This record gives sequence, C-alpha cells and structure tokens, in this order.
Amino acid sequence: MSDFDAIIVGGGLAGLTTAYLLAKADAEVLLIERGNFAGAKNMTGGRLYSHSLEKIIPGFAGEAPVERRIIREKISLMTDDSSVTVDYYSPGLTLPGQDSYSVLRADFDQWLAGKAEDAGAQIVTGIKVDDVLRENGQVFGIIAGGDEMTAGVTVLADGVNSLLAQKIGLRAELPPHQVAVGVKEVIELPAGVIEDRFQCPSGEGSAWLFAGQPSGGKVGGGFLYTNKESVSLGVVCTLSDLITGAATLPRLLENFKNHPSVAPLVVGGKMIEYSGHLVPEGGLDMAPRLFDAGVLTTGDAAGFCINLGYTVRGMDFAVGSGECAAQAILAAKQAGDFSAETLGCYKTALDESFIMKEMNMYRKFPHFMENTPRIFAGYPEMASDLMNQLFVVNGRDQRHLYQKAGRSLKTVGALNLTLDALKGVRAL
Amino acid sequence: MSYVNVDEKLGVNKFHVDENNAHIVLKDNPALAEYHKLFLACPAGLYKIDDNGVLRFDCAGCLECGTCRVLCGETILAKWEFPSGGMGIEFRYG
Repeated sequence: MSDFDAIIVGGGLAGLTTAYLLAKADAEVLLIERGNFAGAKNMTGGRLYSHSLEKIIPGFAGEAPVERRIIREKISLMTDDSSVTVDYYSPGLTLPGQDSYSVLRADFDQWLAGKAEDAGAQIVTGIKVDDVLRENGQVFGIIAGGDEMTAGVTVLADGVNSLLAQKIGLRAELPPHQVAVGVKEVIELPAGVIEDRFQCPSGEGSAWLFAGQPSGGKVGGGFLYTNKESVSLGVVCTLSDLITGAATLPRLLENFKNHPSVAPLVVGGKMIEYSGHLVPEGGLDMAPRLFDAGVLTTGDAAGFCINLGYTVRGMDFAVGSGECAAQAILAAKQAGDFSAETLGCYKTALDESFIMKEMNMYRKFPHFMENTPRIFAGYPEMASDLMNQLFVVNGRDQRHLYQKAGRSLKTVGALNLTLDALKGVRAL
Repeated sequence: MSYVNVDEKLGVNKFHVDENNAHIVLKDNPALAEYHKLFLACPAGLYKIDDNGVLRFDCAGCLECGTCRVLCGETILAKWEFPSGGMGIEFRYG
C-alpha cells in the first residue's frame, strides 16, 4: 500500500491544480515544493487566460490575487527609435470565460496552494525532490533528503527544467532552438499613474507585446504588462539565436527600457524585482513522452506552451494539463492499477481537451517563427518606413501614396512579404 | 557597448545563499566560445569577462532559469543542480 495516491513534484499552476482536484475527490495527495512557498520559484510575463481555471474554480478572479483584468491589447513593431503600434481596446476582452488577468506568481500560486490545502492536500515546502523511486520501470514514489515516500502516481510538475523527467528518460535535454529565455523587471508605480499612462479604468489594464528592437532583431520580443501597482517589463529571446548576437540579454532589456516609446511609460518607477526564466517554445515537436508507468508530466515540464507572437500562453495549459492529470489519477486509483496502459487515459484526456487540439493546430508555428527572421529584423523597419511616408509632411515629396508605399515594401521585397504572409497564415 | 550593472539589479531580489553548496560549477579552463554564449544569454549576467579578459563566475545571484544548463550543460558545466530545498532565489513577485 502506498503512502499516497499521488505525489506531485512542484507547486506551480499545473501541480497545484492537480493537488486541488485530487484532494477535492478525497484522494490522498502530497505536493512537494522546493521553494519556501508555492510560487517562490515561479515567474511569468505575464498574463493568465482565465478559461481553464474558471472551469475548475468558477469566479476565481473574484477571490484570487489577480493584478488587473486585461481590457487593452497592444502590439508594436519597433526599430531603435520608432514604433508602430496596433491598439485594441474592447470590453469583449473581459467577458466571462474569455477574460484574462495579469498576475504575479508569488501571490497567485500561494492563493491556489491555500485552496488545495483547504480541500485536503498536504503541501510541504522548502524540500527538493532528488529522485523518483523505480522498480522494473514502474515509478512508485520519490526520494527527498534521504526520505522515501511512495505513491500510486508521481506527477512531474517541476517546470521547464524537469531534471526528473530527463532522468527517467521521459524527455531529452532541451534543444536551444526550442527554448527561450525571459528576463523581467517588476517596476513599481502608483495605480493611478498606471491607469493614466496605459489608458485603462481602475482594476483593468493592458497587455503589450513588441517585436524588433527589444530582442535586438533576434527571434524574440518584448513584453509589458500592467499589474495593480507595478508593471512587468521584459524581453524573451530564443537561445539559439540570442547567442549569435552582440548584445547580452541584460543589455537588450536595458535598451528596451530606454526606448523612446517605452521610457516615458516607466519613468519614475522603482525596480522591485529582477527575474529570469526559460520558456518551452518548441510546441508539440518538443513534447516529451507524457506518461509512463506510475508517472505523468504536466505544464512546462511537458512543454505545454504556445507563443504566437500576439498571444503567449502557458499558464492556462498548465492548469488544463493539471486537470487532465487529476482525471487520469482518479481513474487509475479506481482501477487500482497505475500501469502505463491505465495512465494512457491522461493522453486521451489531453487529446480531448483544448490542450492537444491547440498544440496540434499550431504545431508548425514555432518553425515558422524561427525561420522567418524578417519578423524580427525587416518588418519593423518596413512598418516604420511606411508610417514615415504617411505622416511626414515636408512640402517636398509629391509622390502618390502607392509610390511611397512601394518604396517601403522594397526594403524587404514584395515576394518575401507575400510568401511570409502565406506561410504565417498556414501555420496559424 | 556600455556595461549594464546587473549585480545592482539582483541586489533588490531576495536570495537565500547557500554558502556551502555551489549548485552550478564551471569546469576548469572552460572553452571560450562556450563561455561567451553564457556571457550573452545569462539573464543574471553571472558569466562575466573582466577588462583583462579574465573569466569570473559566481553562482550567487542565480535566477535558476536553466539557460546555462541548456546551452552548455554538456560542455563547460561540471555541475548544474537546483539549489537545496529552501535555498536560492525567492521571488516576492514572480
């Protein structure tokens, strides 16, 4: 007889969701977190799309420590000294089930941990899991600090650097072209100042993504999310491309922060935290084996993340995969069988959920981004040039608009533009 | 390109430094080309090259992202582990 029905490694959104749902269903569940509290090691850009957690805890945003509900979406193409921005403001972004929130994980994850504990899950913090227990290929628990604890199922919810998943052969080392590194500053500003600068009502905020200058023209981009009394400003770059450049990642972030269109947004703010994190951006092509006898992988450890450039998602996948894991564990517990065959229902649940449907749908997109360098160096300059043709009045240039636009398009070539657009649309 | 004082930025963070256990250890005489990747990509700027070209690395200040492990885990790192339980970076915001 095992000590627990399930032992979950990692107190992020995937692990906490699994713990909460299992405890609610009266399963014996232990979650082990290496930080001093759930959330202590967790970091996001970031924004949480509510749909998957809403299904599990309806109305969660009313009680959880979310930062701001996102009512404004912006995307900018930036050169060193200019930016072209699409700005979409709509109450439609805030309708129940399709709303999203900026979050800071230290607070948010502790709240979810509290929900899991209230439901009956045991959570221990400040303990690092060193290894899993295995016999004849069957995982049956963990070793932490010399202590062994056994479980029907061990859930690897230990994030993008899942050393345990690598150790037991569920996944290979992450290839540098499928992983991006993010660096972020949390910059404190009064709520009223944020609402003025980002043109948002009280309690609501904006999400803003940037291409071009923030990543120094490399595969990547910048982000700026409004929190209650801070903003999260950061840069994300694909590792394989970042190391071919001239600028260090901290330098890129500093340049981005000093960009003439960004600096006024954060001026007077006080940096209160500096963080970094890896993002699994390879899509389905980097997905590990998701389960084996007695073990499941979830969230970032499973590579569940989609970056389309205009939306970046990982946390809603973490929650969704946590839910699928809980379903599979309950089914296995019922059957009294924790073999790979029985736990295969985890994959079935994922396949039937939004997770695999969307991971499959966008399978080609990471490849497209990686192989279309003009998105990051080429199109931002073209957009800026085009705007320059439109808006600059100097009494000297009497060409028709189509002639002016033609000149801008020539910078990348009409054929390239057409082909990239077609490839992009097909990958979406 | 001017120098960014990342140490000063890291100074606002909360760390529980494990003096007795370096969780990342660099090999002796690491290949420069490999080290340069980490010089560029480490968000904490821990892989330093000083004015005399001397390599300086200290894992205190690590944000535990794993970038160096992914890029150079097989080449110039002798060890990459998570810090012991409760040690290392503690995000107050995240």
